[in-house]
Amino acid sequence: MKELGKRVLAGDIRAASRLIRNLEDQITDTYIAIQEIFKETGKSHVIGITGAPGAGKSTLTDELIQAYRSQGKTVGVLAVDPTSPFTGGALLGDRIRMLRHAEDPGVFVRSLATRGAMGGISKAVGEGIHVMDVLGKDRIIVETVGVGQQEVEIINHAHTVIVVLVPGMGDEIQALKAGLMEIADIFVINKADREGAGKLYKETMNMVQMSRDRAGVSKGWQIPVLLVESVMEPHKFAESVEKLRDKIEEHYQFLVDNDLISERMRRKTAAEIQEALWGAIMCPILNEMEASGEMKRMIDRCLLKDTDPYTLADEIALRYMKEGLAKDICADS
Amino acid sequence: MAQRRIRILLAKPGLDGHDRGARVLARSFRDAGFEVIYTGCHQTPEQIAATALQEDVDMVGLSCLSGAHNYLYPQVAKLLRDGGADDIVVVGGGIIPDKDIPTLKEAGIKEVFLPGAPLEVINDWIRANVTPKE
Repeated sequence: MKELGKRVLAGDIRAASRLIRNLEDQITDTYIAIQEIFKETGKSHVIGITGAPGAGKSTLTDELIQAYRSQGKTVGVLAVDPTSPFTGGALLGDRIRMLRHAEDPGVFVRSLATRGAMGGISKAVGEGIHVMDVLGKDRIIVETVGVGQQEVEIINHAHTVIVVLVPGMGDEIQALKAGLMEIADIFVINKADREGAGKLYKETMNMVQMSRDRAGVSKGWQIPVLLVESVMEPHKFAESVEKLRDKIEEHYQFLVDNDLISERMRRKTAAEIQEALWGAIMCPILNEMEASGEMKRMIDRCLLKDTDPYTLADEIALRYMKEGLAKDICADS
Repeated sequence: MAQRRIRILLAKPGLDGHDRGARVLARSFRDAGFEVIYTGCHQTPEQIAATALQEDVDMVGLSCLSGAHNYLYPQVAKLLRDGGADDIVVVGGGIIPDKDIPTLKEAGIKEVFLPGAPLEVINDWIRANVTPKE
């Protein structure tokens, strides 16, 4: 695993992709490779693109890659699509829109399945960003699954969050709701040639003006609402995406100038520590209970109303904490 | 909990816009519990090979109904070998005359599925012949 980390540091694409694969498959020793690369992370600007299914996230990502490549910047993309809750399989189709970059060595696109994660991204996204980062990608674009109102985990990973809206998705009350509509640093109204785009623009602007002083988040950043023309008009489309790119850069500069990057980094790091703790504490316990059949027995007992999940959780927490303590004492003596 | 999952790249090389078969397969692979990356039509072998490397797939499935399989399929297999990825299994399907099959297999195409091949047969073949990377 250490070797794998070293190969990633040396820029080996296959090693990088394998490391992301190991993270997805939750291979036990993968954290060793992350330990190897962690010191080199934190250089890239991470951009999140989120919005409803079919809003045009992949097409927008494709054009954004183009806009950055025209400036000579390298781009990494993590594109997330959903895993089937029934079969565990997944159809990852975001690349269909990004074909033209397939052979460009300055662009690395990796598709990920959610594998049961509910926040709109996959568990491997956090470390996937590290991998793209140490490969030296200037900009990393994370494209979430098509989201609804609540899947906002992207804010733990991206410096700049773009929420893509399209006309015809509901009345103005939708714009006032909590969740997705709160997390945007930049709004894009996609397919702006469609009926209702003007109305959506006005509603979004109203909403944005009311939330100028969101507690602790934007600190004076004026959230822009950008209209992006239909892809059927390639020149106009490219032009509006170049404007989007410039806004993204402006936002990053704003974060730097106002010392807000560190705040976002803290949020990301806190999420990462929680994730690592989960891996270090919960995973071994769950694996052990699964293997020993204890999990099955507990489910049976709960179904019989013999006990309840909370009493069981208390018992188990106590047991493992005592065991851990006992081990520590042994190690000390 | 550690669990390797089979990852498949499904691609359509060449000038062929008929992808219903490929789409049906993509859906079938999903239902079989595989992760399948579908790239759509009109790919060059170079694009397909580069994508396979970036996505760390275990298998590349090629579909072509235009008659150019004798050039396109071996070319993908060759590019993968050149890229140090000869561990990726390459299979092909489509309108392919029986007489072409031995040549394709010699060129590194591990199996060829013809029109009418039942989806279950293809899925079972994958389970038996494609092992996710260690």
